[in-house]
Amino acid sequence: MPELGRAALALCLGLALYALIAGAYAAKTRRRRLAHSAQNALLAAFGAAGAASIVLLAALLRNDFSFKYVAEHTSRELPTPYTISAFWGGQEGSLLLWLLILTGFSAAAVALSRRSAPDLLPWAVPILGLVASFFAFMLVAVSSPFATQLAPADGAGLNPSLQNPYMMIHPPCLYLGYVGLTIPFAFAMGALLARRTDELWIVATRRWTLFAWTALGIGQLLGSHWAYVEVGWGGYYAWDPVENAALMPWLAATAFLHSVMIQEKRGMLKVWNVLLVVLAFCLALFGTFLTRSGVVSSIHSFSVSPLGGWFLGFIAGITAGSLIVIFTRLPLLRSKTRMESLVSREATFLYNNLLLVALCLTILWGVAFPILSEAVHGERITVSSPYYNFFLRVFGLPLLLLMAIGPLVAWRRASLRSLGRSFAWPAGIALAVGVVLLFLGAGSSWIGLVAYTFSAFVLASIGYEFVRGTRARKALTGGAWLAAFVELVGRNRRRYGGYIVHAAIVLLAIGVVGSSAYDTVRERTLAPGQTMGVSHYTVRYDRLVKRDGPNATEFRAILGVKKDGRSVGTLESGKNAYRAEDQTSNEVGIRSDPLTGEDLYVITDAINPNGTIAFKVLVKPLVNLIWISGVVFLLGSVVALWPSAAEQRRLASRYRELRAPARA
Amino acid sequence: MTVLALAIGAVLAVTCVVFVALPFLREPDPVEDRLDEPGVLERRALELAEERDRALAALKELEFDHRTGKISDEDYRELIGPLRARVAEALRALEPHAGSTEERVHAAG
Repeated sequence: MPELGRAALALCLGLALYALIAGAYAAKTRRRRLAHSAQNALLAAFGAAGAASIVLLAALLRNDFSFKYVAEHTSRELPTPYTISAFWGGQEGSLLLWLLILTGFSAAAVALSRRSAPDLLPWAVPILGLVASFFAFMLVAVSSPFATQLAPADGAGLNPSLQNPYMMIHPPCLYLGYVGLTIPFAFAMGALLARRTDELWIVATRRWTLFAWTALGIGQLLGSHWAYVEVGWGGYYAWDPVENAALMPWLAATAFLHSVMIQEKRGMLKVWNVLLVVLAFCLALFGTFLTRSGVVSSIHSFSVSPLGGWFLGFIAGITAGSLIVIFTRLPLLRSKTRMESLVSREATFLYNNLLLVALCLTILWGVAFPILSEAVHGERITVSSPYYNFFLRVFGLPLLLLMAIGPLVAWRRASLRSLGRSFAWPAGIALAVGVVLLFLGAGSSWIGLVAYTFSAFVLASIGYEFVRGTRARKALTGGAWLAAFVELVGRNRRRYGGYIVHAAIVLLAIGVVGSSAYDTVRERTLAPGQTMGVSHYTVRYDRLVKRDGPNATEFRAILGVKKDGRSVGTLESGKNAYRAEDQTSNEVGIRSDPLTGEDLYVITDAINPNGTIAFKVLVKPLVNLIWISGVVFLLGSVVALWPSAAEQRRLASRYRELRAPARA
Repeated sequence: MTVLALAIGAVLAVTCVVFVALPFLREPDPVEDRLDEPGVLERRALELAEERDRALAALKELEFDHRTGKISDEDYRELIGPLRARVAEALRALEPHAGSTEERVHAAG
């Protein structure tokens, strides 16, 4: 039923345009019924996008190769889960997923904000309508998933590297993050257009921002793990332009989540916060542009398409429009308070913001430089890992240090006396850890040693904060330790959820440093029965086996593994030859040590006709902390996201007592 | 198949149009069709309420930081005076709108 899919998309475009035009007119002329009608249009647009999505999904599951999209991205042999993931495995389908999530989020934001932020909604609706109109237009006029053809006997199949369980969750998770950033952007612009520069837009969108940021973070970690187990080059992050495209809005949103606290606590940085929201959203659009324009060469990007120019124009329009709105509202955004001291919690947040934005813009420069160099000089100059690694150290290490210092410093100002008392334990523990690590040989990488010392400082300061807070709460209430701890976290979920997220970032840092600064790599060609030593492992190549999988022929080298001279089992590493796609992929062998977090990682580089195999073997200490950090990150985010009844009471009371239009 | 697709498409389109028109169908001739908008006084009152809540929150934060030992007694004594003055000032400015101070403190959570 491609006609139904096309009709549903056209309907979605019409509804989104109505939400844009009627919504803007209603907001300008303050017409209530028209504003509600525009809101309903956004809800209906979600229904239309849902109908289009069902049509595509049905076509995929029925192997209806009369749909060009289905024929280009699936085959009869493709297992059903990957047939479903082919929905977002190609350009057009992924755009449809964008639209589905966008209209879904818009509908949810409309439904949730009708009571909590009715003043902002009339202006937020046309902004959401604008973004939805753009994506619906792309799907209707430029890149339709419902193009048809004479059905071939079989499809071309799905790119082998996408045939991995992570592809079921990694792209949708990233899209939840990218698209989720639209909601804070729309409400921030809505607030400025409505001349409401109070806290309302921040309160209305706080959980959206946190949710989008969490989804983006988890999506990137899942993507890293996919690269680690599937792409088979031995790493998890290659500073690929499309990987960077997801990292940049995450960094901007991280900066926003910190600086928004200064606005809430001190009424400062209003302009900066709006700029960060705009930056995060524009970077999310830029990421989508990078993946789809064909301007960068990446394992993650789709082929060259006509979408690039449209996206670039849209990003330019959104950026210019947002800056004009901010500029015209500058008098309303002026702060009445000033920073009292450069040694205060708000000052550490400000330093953290500067470092995060500097890192973000440095990465943006690295991503854009090849495109710009080609446009200006006609020669593409690629920026590679050393550039990014250098700036990661330059900005990342101070960020790590600030994560340790921030929680120990009071708001407004802190005297040297107070600082000395707060810092004594955490800094002492960090120094002791540093000295011990030095004696254990960690000095082979001074960056690693510094990063580990700072990491210990962060963990000690977080632990100290929890201990001091629980002790104070216990003294206040007189209850048990556990009750005091639960009450402490429950009364300030965002702060303590944030500390848990900080602990996750430290685990991530330890994992990244351990697996990159202290790893061991060996390459050797082995005949059956031969062995090679790597760090404290010995790997023996026993034999090669060949077997038929559901849609690929699998070649696996069976390897015997010894650690410190003791046998610890066997490992399989090899290649898959995909029949329908006529492509091969590396299938790495990984042995994880749950006690040390270390991985033995075996890549089968080449299977030679004479029976020998070229192996690349890596030992990556602490790498599993990276994946564990994802769980801790999620836990911290959930704690921070959990609604606070006290805060809701406070806001409800504020609007009720003032009888302001924002009736909570 | 095409006829079925067209029929489903038509039903979808009509449903969407009716849903979009619902505010007008429900109230064809409303007494009032204006969106609520805060006046200058209400905006000012909202600003003051935010200022009051911010000052109360800062006061609580200072108390807690002092209890945890993050702020020394000397710093606490220096900071508490101006903060209390700010809270009092914000409450006075909100006088026509405000209930009792205790209610405010309770509402601030």
